[in-house]
Amino acid sequence: MTHTGDITPGRLPADQLAAGFADAHPPLDAKNAVIEASRCYYCYDAPCIKACPTGIDIPSFIRKISTGNLKGSAHDILSANIMGGMCARVCPTEILCEDKCVRNAEGHKPVEIGALQRYATDALFASGTQLFERAAPTGRRVAVVGGGPAGLSAAHRLAMLGHEVTVFEARDKLGGLNEYGIAAYKTVDDFAQKEVDYLLAIGGITVQTGMVLGRDITLTALRRQFDAVFLGLGLAGVNALGAEGEDLPGVRNAVDFIAELRQAPDLSALPVGRRVVVIGGGNTAVDAAVQSKKLGAEDVTLVYRRGPAQMSATWVEQEFAQVNGVTVKHWLAPTRVLAEGGTVSGVEFAYTAADASGRLVETGETRVIPCDVVLKAIGQTFLPAAIQEGGIEVLELEKGRIKVDETRRTSLPGVWAGGDCVAGGQDLTVAGVEDGKRAAIAIDAWLRAAVAADAGSLAPAPLPA
Amino acid sequence: MADLRCTIAGIRSPNPFWLASAPPTDKQYNVERAFRAGWGGVVWKTLGIDPPVVNVSSRYGAVDYNGTRIAGLNNIELITDRPLEVNLREIKDVKRKWPDRAVVVSLMVPCNEDDWKFILPLVEDTGCDGVELNFGCPHGMSERGMGAAVGQVPEYVEMVTRWVKQHSRMPCLVKLTPNITDVRQPARAAKRGGADGVSLINTINSIVSVDLDIMAPTPTVDGKGTHGGYCGPAVKPIALNMVAEIARDPATHGLPMSGIGGISTWRDAAEYIALGCGSVQVCTAAMHYGFRIVEDMIDGLNNWMDAKGYRTIEDFRGMAVGNVTDWNQLNMAYDIKARIDQDKCIKCGLCHIACEDTSHQAIRYHTDGAEMRKFEVVDEDCVGCNLCMLACPVPDCITMERVDDGRTYLNWTQHPNNPMRKEPAA
Repeated sequence: MTHTGDITPGRLPADQLAAGFADAHPPLDAKNAVIEASRCYYCYDAPCIKACPTGIDIPSFIRKISTGNLKGSAHDILSANIMGGMCARVCPTEILCEDKCVRNAEGHKPVEIGALQRYATDALFASGTQLFERAAPTGRRVAVVGGGPAGLSAAHRLAMLGHEVTVFEARDKLGGLNEYGIAAYKTVDDFAQKEVDYLLAIGGITVQTGMVLGRDITLTALRRQFDAVFLGLGLAGVNALGAEGEDLPGVRNAVDFIAELRQAPDLSALPVGRRVVVIGGGNTAVDAAVQSKKLGAEDVTLVYRRGPAQMSATWVEQEFAQVNGVTVKHWLAPTRVLAEGGTVSGVEFAYTAADASGRLVETGETRVIPCDVVLKAIGQTFLPAAIQEGGIEVLELEKGRIKVDETRRTSLPGVWAGGDCVAGGQDLTVAGVEDGKRAAIAIDAWLRAAVAADAGSLAPAPLPA
Repeated sequence: MADLRCTIAGIRSPNPFWLASAPPTDKQYNVERAFRAGWGGVVWKTLGIDPPVVNVSSRYGAVDYNGTRIAGLNNIELITDRPLEVNLREIKDVKRKWPDRAVVVSLMVPCNEDDWKFILPLVEDTGCDGVELNFGCPHGMSERGMGAAVGQVPEYVEMVTRWVKQHSRMPCLVKLTPNITDVRQPARAAKRGGADGVSLINTINSIVSVDLDIMAPTPTVDGKGTHGGYCGPAVKPIALNMVAEIARDPATHGLPMSGIGGISTWRDAAEYIALGCGSVQVCTAAMHYGFRIVEDMIDGLNNWMDAKGYRTIEDFRGMAVGNVTDWNQLNMAYDIKARIDQDKCIKCGLCHIACEDTSHQAIRYHTDGAEMRKFEVVDEDCVGCNLCMLACPVPDCITMERVDDGRTYLNWTQHPNNPMRKEPAA
């Protein structure tokens, strides 16, 4: 008997679905938060701070947890990283702050910085306290294109500094990958939208959804209408397998599957294959694989063409996939998607190895993994169409993404960019937040600078002191 | 296997671990549970003259530290609130059933001879091993002229002790209050009065915390609080010093002592014994964890004594007393420097910032190059204070190394900077 084409919703009873999609890492309670906080040595010039892309003063916020100063703790976090709540949930802390915790050098578990950050920020959001005020209005207007972590971070900081901000977002909701691209069990209870609401509550930020750069608006027009522009465009494209059968029914992009799942009002109505193959080695692949399993797929196989060390998903993510019943296979590269009766029946993989120079080579052997659904998660790409006008890119790219300097300024005067769309980034939420923050500070300085003399510049007249 | 039997002031017990006069020793039920668990003795919760006192609801407050419960405990409970006759009957029964254990009865009655003459024969009739005079309770009873109100006046201590020795044949321990400037004074008074030994310390006057919402001290009784008696691990250093003061005072040297104050482990007990105590009394640790903790106290002390080659308690009792001295006898030629084991160092920087901010700027912090985040002691600036070693979270990472030649000895009385120095004899 063959199950080919077995893609149906409602594979699990409601209680199992609910349990599967509950908080993957439940929050610390007050007592455990204090115990964990007391494990922090309060290092001098702490290495964890340097490991945080947003430079949160980690020992300080942790000490404030231990003294019961939760508002102060949240302020330490959010003043450096306005999305500290989401980063507490999705940051790969095992390769960032927690990796640099000095307790590792003792052979101890690092302090659970992420969990503590969540504790402090959860307490703040629960209290409904608004920590930030806007500076005196400057009368300057800044366009932010893209309502993901980078764009929202920039918008919040700019609003805080007294500027009027308009956010142009292509989708229906703000949040970017936080809302559309991350596994549901990492951000339960609609946290992404709660964070967006908190951030917008500072005021001075106008949101226009359904606005696509290059379709509904152009960069040239934005530069005319606004005093400065920030681009947080994200990565709108996905890589193709380049393998035969890629267009068969049952083959999908993992990002589309995840976005659909995140927006689904009823998970039991969401179709899922009985046997799922996920191709890729990053967090998107893991999120797609684990969520397929949690929707009730019987066999989920995550297949990566190289070894575990080369996967961009951290070892923590890899283990998480495995303990959730995902079979992880390495050193297999897809060669063909197989069909039966017009739908997917499996994927043929070539065995691979790294040669002496580290280059990936196929060994000549192949194998087939039968499946009903194939989810492609082999990377996303920047689509330059957004910044093309008349078929020409209006700002400089580098390795297919927007080129920026250390202040996140692009080649075009008055235009800054950040997040996944810029070159040299880490493709992390926290990095996007830092980009937005830095760009906002640079935009603010630029707007305030006395540039009136430069008649040719787009920059406005200097602001009153 | 060491011999843990102890005799103090003529009172014998199979091991030196007694339960202090406190809630755990208020009833036969508790005391028999304690003896079954292995405790060598108890001091029965303080008896008074009927009618019994009345206790309030909300009696204990605690200091928690970094998530650790009860680093210090305070209480506002008074002496036993059960009728005298009930306590006496239970004491008699307990002593009959447990003849090998020490049963000492704590007493607190008004400061007049008749009350003592009344209660002592009743207590003696129980067959108990001795009495402990509660001159220490700092709260409640002291307002009525008892407890610490007596213990703070050496003349009263001496007078009452004398009455007790006159009107009974029982061994008599005098329990001392720490709420006094010089603990040697009441200890000397007790000895003058004929005490067979002293117990110390009683609890310390304390407000354990202030509830910042209701703006009242804890424990709070219907919106108000009062100072209580502080005990538990936090008070041990204070008690050890008082024990040592009495041990090395020529007037009281050799006076049997039962040590009390924050004793939670066999190691704590050994420290008290090393300073001269014959038995130790425990309360807070038992109230925190139950009576079963005595098992490790006995076992641990036994194993440590075996490892050290001590066969009896007397083999090491008081051994540290001779090394407690006045500051002016310390060797000023002794010189130590901090040594950081770079292989053990985890680069937390606590040694550096402690020294840099609060001491002698003797730990250098490399912020770049190949020695990035290396911490190094500058010997010329290191005064050998130990602070870095104490702040360092890694055991044995920072040690103190002796750097003087060890041949010269120079104390303050001989030091050239001391205008009062004694010139060496020609």
